[in-house]
Amino acid sequence: MNERSGLRLVVLQVLVLSLIATLGGRLWFLQVHSGEAYEAAATSNRVRDIVTPATRGLVVDVSGRPLARNRTALVVSVSRTELLRQSDGGKSLLTRLAEVLDVDYADLKARTTVCGQPGAVRNVCWNGSPYQPIPVADGADDDMMDAVQQILERREDFPGVTAEQQSVRDYAGGGVGANAAHVLGYLGPVTEDEVAQAQADGRPLQSSDLVGRAGIEKEYDAYLRGTPGVRRLSVDSQGGVTGTISETDATPGDYVVTHLDAAVQKATEDALAAAVKGARTTGDPNKGGQKFKADSASAVVMDVRTGGVVAMASYPTYRPNIWVGGISQDEYEGITGAAGNYKILNRATQGEYAPGSIFKAVSTAAAVDAGFSVHRSYNCPGTYNVGNHLKKNYESAAYGVISFERAIEVSCDTNWYYFADTVWNRLGGYEQRSDAKDPFVQAAKGYGLGEATGIDLPAEAGGRIPGREWKQAYWKATKAAACVRAKKGYPEVEDRARAAFLLQLAKENCTDGWRYGPGDEANFAIGQGDVLVTPLQMARVYAAVANGGTLWVPQVAKSVMRPDGTVVKQFAPKSAGKLPVSKDTLSFLQRALTKVSVTGTGAGVFRGWPLDQVPMASKTGTAEVFGKQSTSWFASYAPADKPQYAIVMMVTQGGTGSGTSGPQVRKIYEKLLGVSGSTVRPATALQPGAAPPKGLPRITEDGRVLPPASAARKAAAKPKTPARTPRSTASAGTG
Amino acid sequence: MSAYPQTPYGGSARVPPRRIGWAALDRDAPLRRLDWVLLAAVVGLLVVGSLLVWSATRQAAIDSGGDPQAYLKKHVLNIFIGTGLGVCAAMFDYRTLRMYAPIVYGLSIVGLLVVLSPLGATIRGSHSWILLPGGFSLQPSEFAKVALVVGLAMLLSEKRDAEDSPRDTDVLLVLVGAAVPLALIMLQPDLGTALVVSSIVIGMIAVSGARIRWVVGLLLAAAVVAFAVVQAGLLDDYQVKRLTAFVNPGDDPGGAAYNVSQGVIAIGGGGLDGHGLFHGPQTQGGFVPEQQTDFIFTTAGEELGFRGGILLIALLGLILWRACRIAWHADDLFGRLVAVGVVCWFSFQAFENIGMTLGIMPVTGVPLPFVSYGGSSMFANLVAIGLLQNVHVRRSLLPD
Repeated sequence: MNERSGLRLVVLQVLVLSLIATLGGRLWFLQVHSGEAYEAAATSNRVRDIVTPATRGLVVDVSGRPLARNRTALVVSVSRTELLRQSDGGKSLLTRLAEVLDVDYADLKARTTVCGQPGAVRNVCWNGSPYQPIPVADGADDDMMDAVQQILERREDFPGVTAEQQSVRDYAGGGVGANAAHVLGYLGPVTEDEVAQAQADGRPLQSSDLVGRAGIEKEYDAYLRGTPGVRRLSVDSQGGVTGTISETDATPGDYVVTHLDAAVQKATEDALAAAVKGARTTGDPNKGGQKFKADSASAVVMDVRTGGVVAMASYPTYRPNIWVGGISQDEYEGITGAAGNYKILNRATQGEYAPGSIFKAVSTAAAVDAGFSVHRSYNCPGTYNVGNHLKKNYESAAYGVISFERAIEVSCDTNWYYFADTVWNRLGGYEQRSDAKDPFVQAAKGYGLGEATGIDLPAEAGGRIPGREWKQAYWKATKAAACVRAKKGYPEVEDRARAAFLLQLAKENCTDGWRYGPGDEANFAIGQGDVLVTPLQMARVYAAVANGGTLWVPQVAKSVMRPDGTVVKQFAPKSAGKLPVSKDTLSFLQRALTKVSVTGTGAGVFRGWPLDQVPMASKTGTAEVFGKQSTSWFASYAPADKPQYAIVMMVTQGGTGSGTSGPQVRKIYEKLLGVSGSTVRPATALQPGAAPPKGLPRITEDGRVLPPASAARKAAAKPKTPARTPRSTASAGTG
Repeated sequence: MSAYPQTPYGGSARVPPRRIGWAALDRDAPLRRLDWVLLAAVVGLLVVGSLLVWSATRQAAIDSGGDPQAYLKKHVLNIFIGTGLGVCAAMFDYRTLRMYAPIVYGLSIVGLLVVLSPLGATIRGSHSWILLPGGFSLQPSEFAKVALVVGLAMLLSEKRDAEDSPRDTDVLLVLVGAAVPLALIMLQPDLGTALVVSSIVIGMIAVSGARIRWVVGLLLAAAVVAFAVVQAGLLDDYQVKRLTAFVNPGDDPGGAAYNVSQGVIAIGGGGLDGHGLFHGPQTQGGFVPEQQTDFIFTTAGEELGFRGGILLIALLGLILWRACRIAWHADDLFGRLVAVGVVCWFSFQAFENIGMTLGIMPVTGVPLPFVSYGGSSMFANLVAIGLLQNVHVRRSLLPD
């Protein structure tokens, strides 16, 4: 044998040794170095959890009426695994199923497509676990029973299709027909990321769970969800059960008691719809009698003593039950798309609008701060020259020299132009770059504008306070685009006058866009120009004026209770601060707003109202929006002498405040305060005693929810309360 | 010390053929000259292997109402039959054995052909079996390894007149001779055995002293073929999946990667000391498929822990060391090549088998020598040990 052979034998030995060493090293790594991790993996391998879903908690109104509850329905589900196992990918199976269920094949296809895969439609696609049966239809009616019957009889035609009794959400409207879609929100299947996150947070979610996606359902999901029951079984590799390791029962979700009152909510929704309908049959005098579009609207009823939201409505709206059992593609596009005018938006908290004259409740405080006494008289001409620009009163009305109070009553804009112009000059005109000394900006901030109110609803908008600093920042952000337009103009705009105006605007914005002129200050003072607020913000402002200056953090939820009636959490009223006004100014403002309903712009609204018994504080607003019809606003609180509720309603492209919103707000008050014609019967009020109940609903042992004891007693004790004793408007004026 | 006179020319002395049987207890008797360390290592592996096979199969048998010791009994029977075959392989002088090499080679080819005929059967995705009456089955590819070792050794050590290393024509002949069974094995398809056979061929050619370009060329060719096979889709889907599963075991925990992840979990869960024989939860729960055969090492890892696992690896290492030593001291090239062939076979097969349970090698179905349940492979392994002893007993030089 040659040396070459021997040498190569040595090489072979080295190779063999290294193979052995590799195995040994890897074995050490697996067993000694990271053995513990594998031990955990082995444990999870041998354990199966059988999960009993928890019943979701109810959402009830202030007197215990169910707004969101659960009902049993037959739910038809499709196993995606079984679909994929079909030779045609499940096409024929889904076609058969669509026929039986009387729905479109495309709809079933969309619902059983896993999100993120080709052809998936957002929010319709299945974003739960791909291994989870996907619910495609539910119902309790006869059609559904028939369909299920067919599916069960033709099992071989429907492999992987199951039909079983399940608990599904039911938005019951309190049993009085309320909708409250925007406040309640909706549920959607949980995503795999959320399951992982919930695991880490110690609030386990199953891949079959639904979680709140908007509104109260989302905000209080952790309470409503409950804890699923888990039976932990040890199993062998075939899934055969070898024993029970542990067992916990499902804990049903907690109830969320809201400040909402289903009856008031219903009344508010009806009034809002009527306001929209009314506007659409009214001609716009400024647009040659063209009818108002009234494309969106909103109303908020707030308890001025707690900041509780008694009712909140947004228009256009939708049936909240379309979310139950999965939403169809058409329905989803219908409520989220431009064609449906973004029905899903809650205009009360997410819509931002110029407030117009109802903003005077804010800018009055600014004027006082700037030294304009409320006890003096001011000239109210038809027009006022602001920085070489003639600005008019509404319909150029001139009232001569009038008191400050009267200026609020008739909503004299020129008065505030004078205040603003004076302030602007005093601050140093164009030289002033800071908002720090501008009383209008400071007052708006002090009234809680320009930032979210902190209401317990997700995705709230904050509005905008367009002071000097905002304008500079805005100019920096938009300068480039404006300068391009200043050169190129607007060739695509057909209306030549409008194109010329836009070009002029672009030229100004390009070079001088940062300049905060007297016109800006004047617009700010009357809630026009770039000022944006949400209806909720204004409801809170008027509630604060009413209650003596406390700016509440608005609350929808009042408390959280266990299904056995134990109170888990009480949400005490939360103050966000005090209005930045003196007591004197505040009582002046209260007086002035009360007079508005008597002899001011709100007088027409409250014609025939028993003002002597129930004085009303109100303010109309008709905000101009460039290129659109005016926005109708009506802000109010009542009773003016003993305030309980504040109501704000607005209708975009809806005409005047007194013409469109005012009368409908009055309708709400009639029901809310028990006013019929000129008689007042608090017992007939929607809320007993014309005040929100103080106590909490009671839950009986068999699970029924009863109204609060105090309210029940009150209603029982005073079945026929006589009309209130008359009170003079004079006493109301000082209150 | 050798009882035989050393020639002045070193290891070229011919030892007179001796037969085991007479004077067995003589000081120089073949029985005394056996490599007892090698035998001890093999016996150790056989004992541990039997326990593991028992542990891996008893729970499933109990669950299904069968005899818990059924597999153990057959396994022990296999060991006895294998030992008998091994003794036979050790008895006849290996230098006469080379005469029969062509016959052994021819028989193995026939066996492999039968597998591909309708008589063949598919077990665990490999069409590698011949079913015999009485519930027995044969896996000719296991015997083909023995045949190949002997056959290649014969071809490579032939014509040793002037040259002391194989001529190119010899190597070519070897490659043709190896290509036939290799092709038949690939047709089954049995990727794991094909890899083992390839390593035997390359290792034996290398140590035969053939020119280096053959060795380099073969290694390169092996790499190219491996790449081409995967790329060209010559493999069935399941084969590709099994190969790639070890790169990304998380991809498909219920499918191809299931074996790997369950096996790794079982071994990892064993820790340093293991759960104890019969007490591995993964093993007794039946989570690891093929546990008594290809995945037997997971039982060792889980129940005997790192200590038990490393003992198995050490015993295998001991066998390989002794085999290398026998190759080193063999009297002639034929003897050395037989030993080298066995070294390549056992080392690669053991590495492939244990490596796949540890998640560092792709999943290819090869048994763990001396440990896995399975008649054909047990017979072949013990015959190989017989051949090693044969070469060892008949060497003329003893280092100790």
